[in-house]
Amino acid sequence: MAQPANAAETLSPSGGAELVGLVNVTKRFPGVVAVDDVSLAINAGEVHVLLGENGAGKSTLVGILAGLQEPDEGHLSVNGKRTRLASPSASLDAGISTVFQHSMLVPTLSVLENLILGAPWWQSSHRAGVEARMDELKRDFALSLPLDARTGDLSLGQQQQIEIARALLRDSRVLILDEATSMLTPQGAEELGARMRQLTDKGLAVIFITHKLSEAYHFGHRISVLKQGRLAGQLAPEALSALSEAEAIEQVVTMMFGRSSDSAEPIRRKTTATAQIVLSVEGLCTEGDNDVLGLDRITLDLKAGEILGIAGIDGNGQKQLAEALAGQRPVTSGRVSFDGADITGLSVSERRRRGLRYLTDDRLEEGTVGAFAVAENTVLKDIGEPPFWVSGIERPARIADHARDLIKRFAVSTPSEATPIGRLSGGNIQKVLLGRELTGEAKVVVFNKPTYGLDLQNIDASRDRLGAVAADGTGVILISTDLDELMALSDRIAVIEGGRIHGIIENDGTGEALRLRIGRLMAGEMDKETVEV
Amino acid sequence: MADEIAASAAPENGAGPRQGRSAFQRLLTVTIGPIVGAFLLSAVILLLVGVNPLTYYGYILERGLLSGLGLEQTATRMAPLLFLVASLIIAFRSGIWNLGTDGQFLLGAVAAAASAPLLVGVLPGWLVLVVGFVLAAIAGAIWSVLPAILRAYQGVNEIITTLMMSFLGVLMASTLVKLVLLDPGTTVPQTRTLPVADRLPRLFDTSISSGLIWGLVAVVAVHLMMTRTSFGMRLRVVGANPAAATHAGLSVPLLTVAVFGLSAGFAGLAGAADILGVQGNVRADWNPAYGLMVIPLVFLARFNGYASIVLVFFYSALLIGSESAARRLGVPQDFTLVLVASLLICLGLGEYIDHKKSRKER
Repeated sequence: MAQPANAAETLSPSGGAELVGLVNVTKRFPGVVAVDDVSLAINAGEVHVLLGENGAGKSTLVGILAGLQEPDEGHLSVNGKRTRLASPSASLDAGISTVFQHSMLVPTLSVLENLILGAPWWQSSHRAGVEARMDELKRDFALSLPLDARTGDLSLGQQQQIEIARALLRDSRVLILDEATSMLTPQGAEELGARMRQLTDKGLAVIFITHKLSEAYHFGHRISVLKQGRLAGQLAPEALSALSEAEAIEQVVTMMFGRSSDSAEPIRRKTTATAQIVLSVEGLCTEGDNDVLGLDRITLDLKAGEILGIAGIDGNGQKQLAEALAGQRPVTSGRVSFDGADITGLSVSERRRRGLRYLTDDRLEEGTVGAFAVAENTVLKDIGEPPFWVSGIERPARIADHARDLIKRFAVSTPSEATPIGRLSGGNIQKVLLGRELTGEAKVVVFNKPTYGLDLQNIDASRDRLGAVAADGTGVILISTDLDELMALSDRIAVIEGGRIHGIIENDGTGEALRLRIGRLMAGEMDKETVEV
Repeated sequence: MADEIAASAAPENGAGPRQGRSAFQRLLTVTIGPIVGAFLLSAVILLLVGVNPLTYYGYILERGLLSGLGLEQTATRMAPLLFLVASLIIAFRSGIWNLGTDGQFLLGAVAAAASAPLLVGVLPGWLVLVVGFVLAAIAGAIWSVLPAILRAYQGVNEIITTLMMSFLGVLMASTLVKLVLLDPGTTVPQTRTLPVADRLPRLFDTSISSGLIWGLVAVVAVHLMMTRTSFGMRLRVVGANPAAATHAGLSVPLLTVAVFGLSAGFAGLAGAADILGVQGNVRADWNPAYGLMVIPLVFLARFNGYASIVLVFFYSALLIGSESAARRLGVPQDFTLVLVASLLICLGLGEYIDHKKSRKER
């Protein structure tokens, strides 16, 4: 890790000329304002860190700079001139290169082939030319790559270097690194940090998007925080270098997770938790690989009637936890007890029969079969079970009755139970899924992002439903990326980061202070007050 | 909310007659038009090779459908095709592209031809046939084990593996006939022949093999299994969305293996139906390649059993008719394929035009 003193030194090139600017940029998608009147200046010689929660607008901003989307209002400027970036190639021509979170290389091609990919077809791919340029890069940035290696055989860190080298070969002036460290080891992340410094020393600008606050502090010259599409605050180089790490993180956490003054704290649900433990997880681990994070010794308890929130930035193991609990994902070690019995080895359907339910966040790809009728989807998890099937023969009338009943009870708006479920809106599909999971004897329900992508009315209805479920004595695990939702509904909140539970915090109604504590844990910082449960 | 309103309005449009275009016009675009188009297209080709298309089509109609003997031949030819339809409906509805039915078919045929003649006299007549059918199903199913396991547990694309296994199966069948199952009584490389009296009984006073009845039973049974039973529902979920199947607690790998086994088993039965009903033996060079021929029919029928039966009937008539037309007019028998191919292209075009029109109306 670079020392603060070092950081201050390398801050010297700040105040360089503005390479790219966003001027009052607004971008709307149906139902949301993804980016709301944001102005930013990307200066030469600066690592400009963009921070923000899920849905804060970072990806949209990257999309706009990469030429994938165009702003609805406001404009971009390149080298001080108002410019349109109408396509990815326009963005590349303007000197902006983007390294996306997931590799954009062709794994079966050699490194050399990947480097010259996207060059105009009439340019011959002189190997000698590329080699000469690579020698320069090696001298300037210590970038050295095995040109003949098969790209898929290289480590993720090396693959990222290829993408950076490709950007440099194109003479890009601005490099966007979108969550570039999320897949790297701590050491790899640090190497990347050093590399960013080398790039900015040569007068390039780097836009670095991360979720980790210490990375932001150590690698960045300037930090901008986005919140709900708006620019929530900025730490300029002078301000940043004057702060210690702890002070800087404190300020950033307040910008990211603090309540804006105009909205009230959400009203907290009255607890309905009992003393009886219905689900207990001990040292649960699952296997991870390059794409999927593994779970690392998850331990938690859930009481009947309790809502246990799982907070965390998307992709930190929430889905794996839900799947492991539902029995969909193999467990490498650890134990899950349900209602006093060990269910670690039980199948999905056996767990469901016992009353452990899982409402997936992926309504279309996993939760439903879009081409099937609503009625068939309501019994998708009960195939072969009476009364809908009798000795293996389907009873369509009973299934239709059941579906009509569910449609009425959960206020699903659908032309009929025979309509293919894929034609319904997200909110109505969610209601069908809710109905499916809550039918029968549900004792524990795992909700994965139950309100994600719904409109306000459906969000409120879903939250009310969650509270009602817990009030009936059902244990609820609520996975969400929305802190307001968690603080309004949960009795306790566990924070998951990197596949580990970083702490379980009582929702003691302290509002702002609690929010900041959770935010700090979500961003990978430790919390001294946390009680391990 | 807006899309909900749209969703509730949509079926009303669909239920009532469409504005601008009647149901008849649609029928014209997607069915009648393409069929007429295909016959016209083929007529042009026939004219180019110097054959009067009217004479050719006349023969087909007369020999395949109108003459009593032709109709009986058409009905008999349907039997193996129907078993293959059953095989493909199971596979395609479950999202498995079993393109190896030819190999499975031939190995089933060889199994039936190898066992049945030897058992005549040892077992009662009906049991000989049952054993022949069962062994054929097992032989076909065994030939799908490798693609099944590769697909279920390693995710290897079954289109390639089943096709490759099909080539191997065809060669394997021929090798078995030449080396192991050779009838010592003849000089032609072929298996022992099942006497006509011991083959599948004929229907009433006709020459139609009762394999037709079993084929029809197979298609209807498979259709009902896929649409009305819990097992069929499980298979359809796996086929439509494997992730949803896993989520619902179904064992996707086991169901995948079951689909391969059933599908290949029916392909084996198709082979047995042809041998035990019509051919009586397998010659080393025999490969009718019915499996790949049936695939377009099953697609046209949208995996519906009843529609497939109708299409198989017309296709058999076409096959029988063109065989005799080939003898009399010198048009190669493979011209049927030209006709079928034009039909597929025209139906595809009709479908495309209909899609564009209905999009425009919205």
